[in-house]
Amino acid sequence: MAVMTYREALNLALREEMRRDPRVFVMGEEVGLYEGAYKVTQGLLKEFGPARVVDTPIAESGFTGLGIGAAMLGLRPVVEMMTFNFALLALDQIVNSAAKMCYMSGGQYNVPLVIRGPGGPAAQLAAQHSQSMETYFYHVPGLKVVRPTTPMDAKGLLKSAIRDDNPVIFIEAETLYPVKGEVPEDPDFVIPLGQAIVRREGTDVTVIAYMGMMYRSMEAADELAKEGISVELVDPRTLRPMDVDTIIGSVRKTHRVVVVEAGAGFAGMGSEISAFVTEHAFDDLDAPVERVTGANAPMPYARNLEKLKTPSKDKIAAAIRRVCNANGS
Amino acid sequence: MAKTIPERKGPSALGVDAELARRLLHDMLLIRRFEEKAAEAYALGKVGGFLHLYIGEEAVAVGATSVLRADDYAISAYRDHGHCLAKGADPRRVMAELFGRRDGLSKGKGGSMHLFDRSVNFLGGHAIVGAHLPLAAGAAFAIKYEARDAVVVCYFGDGAVPQGEFHESLNLAALWKLPVIYLCENNRYAMGTSTDRALAQTEIWKFGQTYGIPSEKVDGMDVLAIREVVGRAVARTRRDKTPSLIEADTYRFRGHSMRDPAGAVYRTKEEVEREKQRDPIVMLRERALKAGILTEADVRAIEKDVNDRIDEAVAFADASPEPPDEELFTDIYKED
Repeated sequence: MAVMTYREALNLALREEMRRDPRVFVMGEEVGLYEGAYKVTQGLLKEFGPARVVDTPIAESGFTGLGIGAAMLGLRPVVEMMTFNFALLALDQIVNSAAKMCYMSGGQYNVPLVIRGPGGPAAQLAAQHSQSMETYFYHVPGLKVVRPTTPMDAKGLLKSAIRDDNPVIFIEAETLYPVKGEVPEDPDFVIPLGQAIVRREGTDVTVIAYMGMMYRSMEAADELAKEGISVELVDPRTLRPMDVDTIIGSVRKTHRVVVVEAGAGFAGMGSEISAFVTEHAFDDLDAPVERVTGANAPMPYARNLEKLKTPSKDKIAAAIRRVCNANGS
Repeated sequence: MAKTIPERKGPSALGVDAELARRLLHDMLLIRRFEEKAAEAYALGKVGGFLHLYIGEEAVAVGATSVLRADDYAISAYRDHGHCLAKGADPRRVMAELFGRRDGLSKGKGGSMHLFDRSVNFLGGHAIVGAHLPLAAGAAFAIKYEARDAVVVCYFGDGAVPQGEFHESLNLAALWKLPVIYLCENNRYAMGTSTDRALAQTEIWKFGQTYGIPSEKVDGMDVLAIREVVGRAVARTRRDKTPSLIEADTYRFRGHSMRDPAGAVYRTKEEVEREKQRDPIVMLRERALKAGILTEADVRAIEKDVNDRIDEAVAFADASPEPPDEELFTDIYKED
């Protein structure tokens, strides 16, 4: 184990996979000479050269489609979106080309492609650069969608994503890049896609959260522990395919559920989790599932309004108290 | 543009020998008959959805494919039957795909607009206009990355030219010197919108000049002219690893799709009749006969062979079962 930042963990994953497989290359805006807008690709150009660290012009649809075509012929591109907001320019390529190629061709052509970059709420970047993007992708059969919360997950999941034979949407977070944590240095260390993790064991309530919301829920859980409420925290890590079994297993243990998400609540991840918890474990529930979500508004710029947009520790703690005090048992 | 054919007899008159003339005529006729049968099958309810026929444009796919190697790639839009057949796909499996049957190229899951045949390096029919142009650049990128000398031919219509992806792809292919030949089939109408209602520059080949790409225009009804122009582009692209842009001046004799059978709202009958005088199959046949390369008996033999093969394709498609219910959930992901 080594202690490193989330950013360094991603960088190491890229380096290891590029050393392991010559078919892996990275491509995107400013990934080479500039060493990445967020420095995730720092040093890669020097180690691997311009044939494998490819600076693109600003043409998201064009270079994403180019990555898909290269993947059809067997390369394993890692396409960086400088921020995931720009992936909307490539949404047709991702949804109509990458996700459906295997199906439309009856399995003749698959697309081993990773599209990665930061998404989610950031610091005063306003409406177009600060939003939860996973909703646009996890609805689509044929895609896998990953949101890695910790440096260890960032490394282990990115390596799995690169080795996967299917298109993987891998959304990091600008706010998490400097976060430090323990990361295995073993180049064979991977975390399989589709496996949730219980980040904190508890007995009274299951809280499901990922990325920044996981850290905030952890703080809320610390606070509630002092009040005698024992919170179990589950991080799905992969949103598609979702590890339903781990989540349901936790629900059967605690009988109460709070889902926290940064994005706007309408038809969000919380809606889906709430639905399958109800379908699979209704009889185990002692209270209705509660969602704590981002406000149904675009991201404002002003600091005070921005703070109101995303769930706070207090809001999360309040929801957990409500669910625990609900009288269903 | 097309060269004037000299009035001479013998193989040199056309610049092709009897074997090649026979093959070109055969391949164009095969597509024509295939499309006619597909239209019949559509009328009978055996083919559903959208069906876009290639009738009138056969010379482009056949001429271009005739100068490719088997390890070269082709990719197309939704009017893809001709390109897929020309590249060497089995007409039986293409027809079965149109019928939505298990023995179709994609087990019936792709349909008319999404023909794929990996065995002949056909990278698919793609039905979002313009979206396959970046894919073609990507295939060329992979060829270059692996230091191979194959090329990619990307067929697209005039309707893709105003899309951003046309320009993004030309820019990337030129910038990175990718071995792709962008072959525009300008049939003058994007569905019902004529090029002069869609493009500020209707000479499509000129867009290539902006990106520094060798570009030219060719008579898309003259299979020999296409061979010459595409052959030149393929040789250059293979040798120099640079893209090419070719605009083929062609015409679809039928409507945009079976839902626009006459194609008569946005173009005149006179125009359609005039363009039919340029029928690429009739032109090649007449020239080959006149030059004495093929005889009437040769032509009849080709026609019989083609008719037999297409009848066989229809019988094969008819006999193939529907895909089993389990196929709904296969191929969504490639399993390890």
